[in-house]
Amino acid sequence: MALVNPDFVEEVKRSDRFDASACMNCGVCSAVCPMGIELLPRKLFRYVLLGVKDKVLENVETIYSCFLCKLCEVNCPAQVHIAENVRFLRYYMNKKVFKI
Amino acid sequence: MPLPIGDTVGILADNLRIRKSVLPVSAESVSAWAKGLGLPRGGETILYTGRMYQLIPYIEALNKVQEKIEDSWIADFVKVGRVVNRFINVSGLLAVPPKSMRESCSRILANIARLLGQAGIEFGYLYEEDLYSGALVYDLGVDDVLEAHARRVVDVFKKYRVRNIITVDPHTTHMLRSVYPALIKGYNLQVKSYLEILAERDLKPRKELRLEAAIHDSCLYARHENVLQEQRTLLEKAGIDVREPAESGKFTFCCGGPAESLFPRKAKEYAKKRVDQIKKVSFRAVTMCPICLVNLQKAAGGEIQLEDISSYLVQAYCGG
Repeated sequence: MALVNPDFVEEVKRSDRFDASACMNCGVCSAVCPMGIELLPRKLFRYVLLGVKDKVLENVETIYSCFLCKLCEVNCPAQVHIAENVRFLRYYMNKKVFKI
Repeated sequence: MPLPIGDTVGILADNLRIRKSVLPVSAESVSAWAKGLGLPRGGETILYTGRMYQLIPYIEALNKVQEKIEDSWIADFVKVGRVVNRFINVSGLLAVPPKSMRESCSRILANIARLLGQAGIEFGYLYEEDLYSGALVYDLGVDDVLEAHARRVVDVFKKYRVRNIITVDPHTTHMLRSVYPALIKGYNLQVKSYLEILAERDLKPRKELRLEAAIHDSCLYARHENVLQEQRTLLEKAGIDVREPAESGKFTFCCGGPAESLFPRKAKEYAKKRVDQIKKVSFRAVTMCPICLVNLQKAAGGEIQLEDISSYLVQAYCGG
């Protein structure tokens, strides 16, 4: 059971470069991810867009594990700024969770 | 338990905010490589190292400590370490690199300066004011600390009326060319990697190397900064038979280095995968990023011979 917070995406995004909503959930990113983490990045973005904040907070380690190598991004048919979106999530975590 | 993410990120961000570098390196160590080269201070065109090569021995030394701490009960004390680090430079005390490693990183920078000289480029250097670009803190998403630091860096450029910047590594190139313009209003500096400059100048080799080597592209050069052909052209002209490992060029496989500060074990695991790909095409490989170099070297454990690209270029274009 997870609480849904529809405003969560507004809390996370810092600029127009946060474009997770362009993701069409095709799964190419997860298939090519060198980390092989199935959650990264499409499921994670889906949690953000749906406002399932608890699920995002549960996955702190995954969010910081991403290499930001952009292999997913060069293969993304929707040209989502995946690495930048992950960086926004880190910014959010730093501020709200770690109080940095 | 793994290294606590928040406290580790906090220590690195505190260091950048308080000490102008994620891992404090003394001003003498930063500019030691330029000793005796007679480079003018500042100028319209400068060689900007962003301290990346100078930091590598310290990152490596700290990483050894982190590997021991990771998954041990001591990881709990990183929280205390962060508080103490604000007053006493704890990370600096923990990271004591061997002299040999500092010397080999200095040699890379001196080689790059020689290559630029050979290409007829006139440039200055900022010595102790050659600041870190903030690359790691950017990757970790500590944007407020990064923005304040970027302003400090740009103020130094303004002080010396710098207009053109020659970078030596992909992380600094990316920060100065693609990240800073979005952070600093009116930022209009020309930023180029030394590889791009050498390729433009159409340097002629003085010695043909006649060897084969695999090329390991940096993710940042390949996918962020479109520096892909320059390194190949320079190596091929130098007489090197460039071997492409699986997943190369634009689709290069990450060396694992970006995970090093928080997950040292994962970093090594991914570096090993890359080393396996490389060794299928050659026992010799070139890198163009200090993070790739150190991370792959550690994982290779001597199985393949890894060198920074400048080591080969200086042999070919400067004659040794």
